[in-house]
Amino acid sequence: MSASAPVAARPANEPPKSGKARRHDEGTGKLAALLLSPTLLVLGLVVMFPIISALRTSLYKPGGVDPETGFVTEGDTYVGFDNYTAIFTGDTAERFWNAFYNTTFFTITCVVLETILGVAMALVMHKAFRGRGIVRASILVPWAIPTVVSALLWKWIFQADGAANAILGTQILWSTEGWQSVASVIVADTWKTAPFIGLLVLAGLQTIPADVYEAAKVDGASPLQQFRMITLPLVKPALLVAVLFRMLDTLRIFDLPFVLVGPHKDSVETLSMLAYDEAFNTRYGPAAAYATILFLYVAVVAFAFVKLLGADIIGDVAAKKSKKKKSSGDAAPPGVGTAGLAGVSGGGM
Amino acid sequence: MATKIRAEGGPLRKYAPLLGVAVIVLYCLLPFYWMMVSALRRPSDQFDNSIIPRPFSIDNIKDVFKEGTGFGRGLLNSLLVAGTVTILTLLIGLVAAYTLARLEFRFKNLVLAIIITTSMFPGISLIVPLLKLFVDIKWINTYQSMIVPSLSFALPLAVWTLTSFFRQMPRELEQAAMVDGCTPAQAFRKVILPLAAPGVFTTAIITFIAAWNEFLIALAMVQQKDHQTANVIISQFTGASGRDQPFGSQMAAGVIVTIPLVIAVLLFQRRIVAGLTAGGVK
Repeated sequence: MSASAPVAARPANEPPKSGKARRHDEGTGKLAALLLSPTLLVLGLVVMFPIISALRTSLYKPGGVDPETGFVTEGDTYVGFDNYTAIFTGDTAERFWNAFYNTTFFTITCVVLETILGVAMALVMHKAFRGRGIVRASILVPWAIPTVVSALLWKWIFQADGAANAILGTQILWSTEGWQSVASVIVADTWKTAPFIGLLVLAGLQTIPADVYEAAKVDGASPLQQFRMITLPLVKPALLVAVLFRMLDTLRIFDLPFVLVGPHKDSVETLSMLAYDEAFNTRYGPAAAYATILFLYVAVVAFAFVKLLGADIIGDVAAKKSKKKKSSGDAAPPGVGTAGLAGVSGGGM
Repeated sequence: MATKIRAEGGPLRKYAPLLGVAVIVLYCLLPFYWMMVSALRRPSDQFDNSIIPRPFSIDNIKDVFKEGTGFGRGLLNSLLVAGTVTILTLLIGLVAAYTLARLEFRFKNLVLAIIITTSMFPGISLIVPLLKLFVDIKWINTYQSMIVPSLSFALPLAVWTLTSFFRQMPRELEQAAMVDGCTPAQAFRKVILPLAAPGVFTTAIITFIAAWNEFLIALAMVQQKDHQTANVIISQFTGASGRDQPFGSQMAAGVIVTIPLVIAVLLFQRRIVAGLTAGGVK
């Protein structure tokens, strides 16, 4: 049955053949199109249009006094890839690569730390049978706090005579330029989102049936072996999706460094901040070029992640379908996550 | 399984998970506690590092609402923007989510993929061109300039969460309704919607929190104080005392902005966790 293919987007494009396909009749298709049109229209207007518009803007230069000729030009002039070449040459190149490096560094460090902490938290919560309610409530607190407020909170903690220095017994000026401001951003980001990863991984853990572990114990598997051979492969789909979303989220990081450390600080300036700064100074052409580069970067990372690791974003569709259509033993090929966050099916076992 | 694990080990095995839970709770709550403590000190005790504010004072909270800070107005603006975003999102998203959960049609997974992909786009890539557009059509410093771009992240989030809620409801519900003579639209309105109310409510909370916490759009689109949201106003607080950053009142403002969310989270934690883990990731 074609519907059980793990890559969920593909079977839908194929012409319907099986018995089930008879339900794909004209009427349903038209009704679905009608009912989906408001959502798609809105997304088209607030997402697709801006993306394309940014691409166009990035090829233009605003009107003004031309520094070479001294003429005043009205309206935008087409400059081709000048905005892009300008980014990669001269002083701006240094600023761009610095922001690119910062963005990448934040993403890798934060996501690695958050994943390790999040998985550890999930394992603890999974083992705990008392205090589950309180731990679940408290884990949602960092998630619910606005990033801006958490940035200010950590700025306060990392103040020269704030709590961090008092506890550590140090005299570090955290929110000034340098490694310390980078560290403060990473700490703040990890605090806010590691519990969230924990929550998602816990949901994955809870779908693993207990008898799998019983069987492993009977076979003499040590706790570490159980973790490596059972837990990790089975939560992998949920974990991969969580990691992917966190990566894409950190690649666009803005609020935290902007409020915690401030704009125009080399050590924490990210691509989003760079683009915002240009737009703020009404230099829309370069701003759009930065924004487009960030968009492409995010797209490449997402694509590579999905291709290389097989993170299945819309997986729970496929999982639901395969559960309905197939017996549980007949699962998807190993290495391809069939389950989203909703359920972890027994793929690869 | 519970009893077996406990029965096996000694006291360490028994209390280790509890200890772990305590560590996690402290990790999550200590910084928040510190914010509350700092907010409840006297402004002159700002750098006092005692764990309990002594003497206890609500001067910081009074300062936040003093004339000229614009914070009260900012809270109303936040409420207005986040509320409108939530209502619009639910109105538009409900139908789409139900369609995606129930109807069988071609390109269904493609549509789902498109919706989830749009939520991954970096905000700044959308804001730069929208900012340029809004300058042209004179939308800067308006509520709609914050509401419309916010749909870009709120709508995919809501559709995704609602779709998984609808999927969890048995199909037999509508089938029974239709056997009793309802049209599909009636079945949706009279049977599904009332039963889906908890899921819709949860989605509303999650969407509201996401919209309430939004910063970049509000920062970029609005410069006039009377339209700024609370988040932007807090980040730009300047103390009465001049150059020093007024952390006491900033913490107080932070507590005020966060408390409603924390209460909502405590009341509906079960549902929110279900919504977050079933629906999507953000």
